[in-house]
Amino acid sequence: MAPTSPAVARRAGRRHPLVATALLVIGLLATGGAYALATTTATAETKATSAKLIEDGGKLFAANCASCHGMNAQGTAAGPTVIGAGALAVDFQVGTGRMPMAGSGPQAEVKPVQFDQDQIDAMAAWVADLAPGPALPADRFIAGDGDVSNGAELFRINCAMCHNVAGAGGALTEGKWAPGLAGVDPIHVYGAMVTGPQNMPVFSDLNLTPEEKNDIISYLTYVEENPSVGGWDLGSIGPVSEGLFIWIFGLGALIAVTIWLTAKSN
Amino acid sequence: MAEAHDDTNGDTAGKVVAQQEDQLGLTPAVAVVRADRLPNPGFPPERLRVTDLDPKKEKQAERTISGLFILSAVGSVLAVVAYIMFPIDVLDPSTIRLNNMFLGIGITLGLLGVGIGAVHWSKALMHGHELVEERHPTRGSDETRARAVEIFRESNAESGFTRRSLVRNSLIGAAIVAPIPAIVLFRDLAPSKDPIALLKNTMWEAGTRLARDPSGTPIKASEVTIGSVFHVIPQGLAELEYHRLEEKAKAAVLLMRLPIDALNPREERASWAYDGIVAYSKICTHVGCPVALYEQQTHHLLCPCHQSSFDVGHEAKVIFGPAARPLPQLPISVDDEGYLIATSDFNEPVGPSFWERAL
Repeated sequence: MAPTSPAVARRAGRRHPLVATALLVIGLLATGGAYALATTTATAETKATSAKLIEDGGKLFAANCASCHGMNAQGTAAGPTVIGAGALAVDFQVGTGRMPMAGSGPQAEVKPVQFDQDQIDAMAAWVADLAPGPALPADRFIAGDGDVSNGAELFRINCAMCHNVAGAGGALTEGKWAPGLAGVDPIHVYGAMVTGPQNMPVFSDLNLTPEEKNDIISYLTYVEENPSVGGWDLGSIGPVSEGLFIWIFGLGALIAVTIWLTAKSN
Repeated sequence: MAEAHDDTNGDTAGKVVAQQEDQLGLTPAVAVVRADRLPNPGFPPERLRVTDLDPKKEKQAERTISGLFILSAVGSVLAVVAYIMFPIDVLDPSTIRLNNMFLGIGITLGLLGVGIGAVHWSKALMHGHELVEERHPTRGSDETRARAVEIFRESNAESGFTRRSLVRNSLIGAAIVAPIPAIVLFRDLAPSKDPIALLKNTMWEAGTRLARDPSGTPIKASEVTIGSVFHVIPQGLAELEYHRLEEKAKAAVLLMRLPIDALNPREERASWAYDGIVAYSKICTHVGCPVALYEQQTHHLLCPCHQSSFDVGHEAKVIFGPAARPLPQLPISVDDEGYLIATSDFNEPVGPSFWERAL
């Protein structure tokens, strides 16, 4: 705008015509560089000082969780204490969308996740700072590269009675259920085993070692990635879907053939 | 009636009906009130099929049928080809899927082709007249019957079956004794020991350590955190050479740790738990399914077969479902090294009722 007004044009006459452009470029570079520098410093700061993270987590907790779990996480009539629950429990409950709960019911349901990973990490750090509890596992324990056949045996003994042998889930008492395990992030499978969310029992590292947990995760990954050997698995839920299928389509086909056999040819 | 049919159809059906009526009329000692009798409507007029009327359609049906037979042959060959083309690799279970699918499609074509072709042949091309075929009477003629009795009498006289009673009775005796070896052999299929004692005792005894299923490593009391559940076998079971599954089927135990005030044991059972850790038989008292669906907040155990529910907080009493008795509790304690041990076997037989169970 400025260069087009006559007064400024006269003064600018003594300068090189490209000065304005050069200044613009320098200004842009300076702003961008300063911004990049500032953000790098900020990241380094967050990593270095977990105090800031814990403080952020505390604020998030106070705003989103304290109405049920209490301002000091001591628990209320509406929700249990989370002191000693550990970072892993927070990662599981909030990371799968179970918390914050939408309403009370037989059990917390999986919902779209309400927070981004940074916010979940902040809350996890705050809860972990209250009292020691299960921490996030090393990456190698959730890699899913373990012994599939050992994992399958452990899964059949410890998990299959509720979660179904193919991990398809199943019903429990009074409206509760064991969820299906297809598509569940390995860290959430690991977190559920360690922390025993809701009515699921705890499988601590002294019961199933982290390596054995990785084997179980490997088995679940294998089942998910490999199609059923027997063909169409009809949801892997056993006699309910298979029986329904054969009653409707198997008997239906038999009846159709019988009608065709006895009908007169036209 | 009959004449009308003959007029319209000119086939044999009408005549058969007429014959039937005559026979009925002539049968002696049958009271037939002619006036009330529903007249036999006979067969409806024959509707000719398109293959009867149109030679082109007939030719087409012929081609369809032979086509189905050829398809059947192709299917059978394909089954063999598929079996060779998609071999089962023992190391890759997914190969079973392709093998079975194509083999199955081939065999299905092979069988259904012949079946559908044969039915279509009989329906479309073979003659379509309706007729009545009378059943033959099952009673033999008096002559045949008399001769049969005579044969019995003759053979009795020739062999002396009734006269020579020693021969006859010793034969009957031998026939009775003959199956006895089979009974003795089949009896031996049952356990050689008294099966009732086997049902009443398990591998657990005083001092047996509780071990993880399937590894068989012993469990320390300190390893059982609150809310934990361990699937337990007696230590030594994993190393058994013989009857491992039979022993496991009786001795399988579920180990749980509850907050100590959640347990409400009777006084005589107060020492059966250790610091909130309790062990119950995993075999349902209804029909013996493994009960292991444990809810750690309600302390309920659910049997997946018939939905019997047991309350671990109250000595595993039945709170729902068809089971008649609580799950048997295994009395436990800890040894000097801190490992969980049984202080005795179960105090009652595990699993479902049986005839000689004294309860």
